[in-house]
Amino acid sequence: MARRLTGFLVLLLVVSICEAAFLFQPISDSHRSAALELFTPDHGSFKSLEETYEALRTFQILGIEKKPDLTATACRSISETVGSSSSTAKDFFYALKANGIAECKIDKNASKGIISRLNAAVSGASSLLDFYYSVGGLVLIKDQSSEADVHLADADGVFRSVKAFSQSDGRWRYSSNNPESSAFAAGIALEALAGTVSLASSEIDQSLISTLKNDIIKLFDSIEKYDDGALYFDDKLVDGHEYQGPLSTTSSVLRGLTAFAAVTAENLNLPGDKMLGLAKFFLGIGVPGDAKDFFNQIDSLACLESNRVSIPLILSFPSTVLSLTRKDSLKVGVSTVLGSEVPSVTVRLVGAFASGSKDASLVESQELNFDKTSGLHILNDLPKSIDVGSYTFVFEVVLHEPEPEEFYFTGSQTKVPISVTGLIKIENSEIAVLDSDLGNIESQKTLDLAGKNAISLSANHLQKLRLSFQLTTPRGRSFKPHQVFLKLRHESKVEHIFVVGNSGKQFEIVLNFLGLVEKFFYLSGKYDMELTVGDAAMENSLLVAIGHIELDLPEAPEKAPRPPPQPVDPYSRYGPKAEITHIFRAPEKRPPQELSLVFLGLTILPLLGFLIGLLRLGVNLKNFPTKPVPATFAILFHVGIGAVLLLYVFFWVKLDLFQTLKLLGFLGVFLVFVGHRILSHLAAASAKLKSA
Amino acid sequence: MGRTSSTKEDAGALFHSLRSAYAATPVNLKIIDLYVGFAIFTALIQVVYMAMVGSFPFNSFLSGVLSCVGTAVLAVCLRIQVNKENKEFKDLPPERAFADFVLCNLVLHLVIMNFLG
Repeated sequence: MARRLTGFLVLLLVVSICEAAFLFQPISDSHRSAALELFTPDHGSFKSLEETYEALRTFQILGIEKKPDLTATACRSISETVGSSSSTAKDFFYALKANGIAECKIDKNASKGIISRLNAAVSGASSLLDFYYSVGGLVLIKDQSSEADVHLADADGVFRSVKAFSQSDGRWRYSSNNPESSAFAAGIALEALAGTVSLASSEIDQSLISTLKNDIIKLFDSIEKYDDGALYFDDKLVDGHEYQGPLSTTSSVLRGLTAFAAVTAENLNLPGDKMLGLAKFFLGIGVPGDAKDFFNQIDSLACLESNRVSIPLILSFPSTVLSLTRKDSLKVGVSTVLGSEVPSVTVRLVGAFASGSKDASLVESQELNFDKTSGLHILNDLPKSIDVGSYTFVFEVVLHEPEPEEFYFTGSQTKVPISVTGLIKIENSEIAVLDSDLGNIESQKTLDLAGKNAISLSANHLQKLRLSFQLTTPRGRSFKPHQVFLKLRHESKVEHIFVVGNSGKQFEIVLNFLGLVEKFFYLSGKYDMELTVGDAAMENSLLVAIGHIELDLPEAPEKAPRPPPQPVDPYSRYGPKAEITHIFRAPEKRPPQELSLVFLGLTILPLLGFLIGLLRLGVNLKNFPTKPVPATFAILFHVGIGAVLLLYVFFWVKLDLFQTLKLLGFLGVFLVFVGHRILSHLAAASAKLKSA
Repeated sequence: MGRTSSTKEDAGALFHSLRSAYAATPVNLKIIDLYVGFAIFTALIQVVYMAMVGSFPFNSFLSGVLSCVGTAVLAVCLRIQVNKENKEFKDLPPERAFADFVLCNLVLHLVIMNFLG
């Protein structure tokens, strides 16, 4: 199994590279890596046994090696659930489902206990989910344990009571008192009924089985369809919490169908293209980002791969872009939805149509050769009628052995978009300046459009410019690319674009400058010429600078239109502005510090002179009052003046004007008071002296 | 030559008479004169400094010089009021004049400090 898988991995890697709208690719490695990311246990274990089962099942289908610790933790929680007396039928159901993959050992006594409890649950069941979990649990334990006596005593009765929930349109109700029916419930019911059939000790009434078959066919009548051929089931949004979404619903129906098809010997008569449509639905959703969706997708695809109704086969393509020049061969892989091998088949190319045309097929029906080493069906040479362009190829897959044809379904015809590319031959490219009147060739130059060109031409407004070349496909037919433009750009960045027309292989444009003078805004001077030839199917699409032409146009008349302003580069408009640099005033030149200090000393000199002069004059303090009260006032007066001067120093250093004035107010009042006292005392003293 | 020497002598005599006349000035007026001289010289030194290095913190220069000049002017006013030979201020006691001088100086220096920057 593993070797077969690795063989396919190589193929699938190649397959996953290509992309196309209506192309459905089988499950590939991207799913495997996504599975490992999505199913990451939280702190070593999953939240519930349901999630554990989903993870284990997904890993099993995708062939991812089980991690031993994952199995160990799963076994621990399984044995806990099995041994617990408070577990419900739902707990047993998921525990046994997980156990089916983890293969833990369950105690014989425990399994006996489970069987009896599940049997009791079946007989006491009243809603669809009760039946689903209890019957499902019994089926699982029958498969897992060696106990042979697991069977339903009243299988017919259980079948009838489950069948009672069904509706006339093939949908089912969850319980008898819930009028809403859904396709999701139908899937669950089918699974429960399949379990009932397999547990039945005697044959179930055949008429019941055939009515159920009719129900399934009715259910498939209500299937919905996408444009790309994908089919799916969806419930009408009636009740928020029971609505499951198309993926869960389709998955549920498919699981039920597979389970039922496995237990009944009858042919369900479901057309194979319905199964193929379901396969397209599950493959078309890509890689879901949600663990539950992922499990539903993978589990459903596994059902599709192993069901007894029909197994859809998917065509895969290593590449849908083929190059004629490289002589690529058309390669087709055939596999099941999960990418495993299929019995030998023949792939036929039955038709090819150019895209968008309804003409008859371009090719005759032919068979592709099977290459055993790569496992691909190969058409080495594309038919001669296939040229460069995009096509829709129609394939048909035929099984060699008619025996398993009942099971494999290939789809009647598969339409696949294929692009064919190639190198386009460019020939006879030349550029010429013509005289307007007679059409005489003034100067003609040959161009090499594949290489570099530096043509230099000159013309006046009475002349014409002619550019011509031929395009030929590898098959020698004419080719009309999507884009053929000639661009003339004046020195002032004014651009003119002309579409080059063609007649068959020949592409030619003639620019009559007399008629274009106004369009050129009378701008004489150098025009750079640029030729664009581009197409998706053209491998050598080109954008080449041809050279330049020096135009001599007449002077612009008064009312001539002005050239439009060139569009401003949006980057310059919305992009970052130039950085603003602040220009500060240069600091004033300061004198050297020594000089300033010298002058500071010099300013003290007059003070010294003043003091010396005072000494010389013989100034003394004999007049200072000697009595204590006036002396105090005299000292306070001087202290007050000193305080005001000190306040001025503080004003200079840190205080503001208001703080200074406030303090000055207090100091001033004090100073006026003591000043008045001392000065009036002095005045009185001198007056006394005078009068004396 | 003789004329030059006589000019010198005249000048000498003039200075001599000036000095003797000034010697009669009361001491308190001499103190005020000394103070005025001190203020003017300080202002001069600042002007010289400004002439040498430029007037960049111009408000500082102005406040420094004006502080000196202002206080010199105030001192001159004080001298006028204190001088007994000035008859018009005869009734004004010198203490009152000194109080004016102190008050004006305080106001002047408040402004100077504000202007100093």
